[in-house]
Amino acid sequence: MLRYEDITVGSELPSRDHTATIVQLFMYNAAIWNPHRIHFDHAYATEEEGYDAIVLDGPLQGDWIGQVVTDWIGEDATMVSFGYANRRAAYLGETMTAGGLVEEKNDETKEVKVNLYLKNAEGEVTIPGHALVRFN
Amino acid sequence: MAGLLTPDITAKIGQANPTIHVEVTRRDIQKYAVSTGQRAKKYLDGDEAPPLFHFGYSMEILPPESLRADGIAEDKLIPPLPLKRVMAGSSDTVYHRPIRPGDKIKMTRRLKDIYEKEGKTGPLIFVVTEVVVETEDGEPILNETTSLIAR
Repeated sequence: MLRYEDITVGSELPSRDHTATIVQLFMYNAAIWNPHRIHFDHAYATEEEGYDAIVLDGPLQGDWIGQVVTDWIGEDATMVSFGYANRRAAYLGETMTAGGLVEEKNDETKEVKVNLYLKNAEGEVTIPGHALVRFN
Repeated sequence: MAGLLTPDITAKIGQANPTIHVEVTRRDIQKYAVSTGQRAKKYLDGDEAPPLFHFGYSMEILPPESLRADGIAEDKLIPPLPLKRVMAGSSDTVYHRPIRPGDKIKMTRRLKDIYEKEGKTGPLIFVVTEVVVETEDGEPILNETTSLIAR
């Protein structure tokens, strides 16, 4: 069980690696109903739009950093707010690491602010993010 | 200021897309959960939707011949911009309560603002939209603010 009292500013949230396969990417784009060709048509993505390979959806990467928070809090807190930004492209086949850091605690509201990131193998952040969670 | 924003463009500020009405199904939540690699049982079982689940509801359902060559549906809310290269997008959501199967929800996307700034490498246009998700009875679920930068 995660308790507000046990959380320290600066501590890391458990990180997780994600390597999407073409099947996973297909399922994701089918689930959100996204027919954008850069996510399933390699020739189109590379030749027409100049990408290195098939592109991972920004919101999928955003979801991965959201999971850092939802897996960390479980049922012990609720997510009050969550945000992410697309900084650079990430491609099919890349292993992306999702993680985060406790930035701030508010003893009055029992809210915890965390900074989140999704990094590629070179350590470049493709998606930074942030979340606010509240303990009861 | 470069003065890129014509009255035709700024006149769109405040406009909204037609409200989308959806009945949330457990199966839709489960599809989203497995495809994003969720680990929490409540998401995999479809008892509750993960935080970004609502994103898919903003996708318009159109026949293939109505889509652009890149597969995307024309965004009717955002007017054609004089700067074509979209560099970055961000999303910030405030949650009131999770989406659950059986919820009858409505979702409205509104163009909040379009403004320009001079960047280091030239002019930039910022486009801000707001998505409001609530139940048909008006119970708030979430408010999402998204922004795009074009250069």
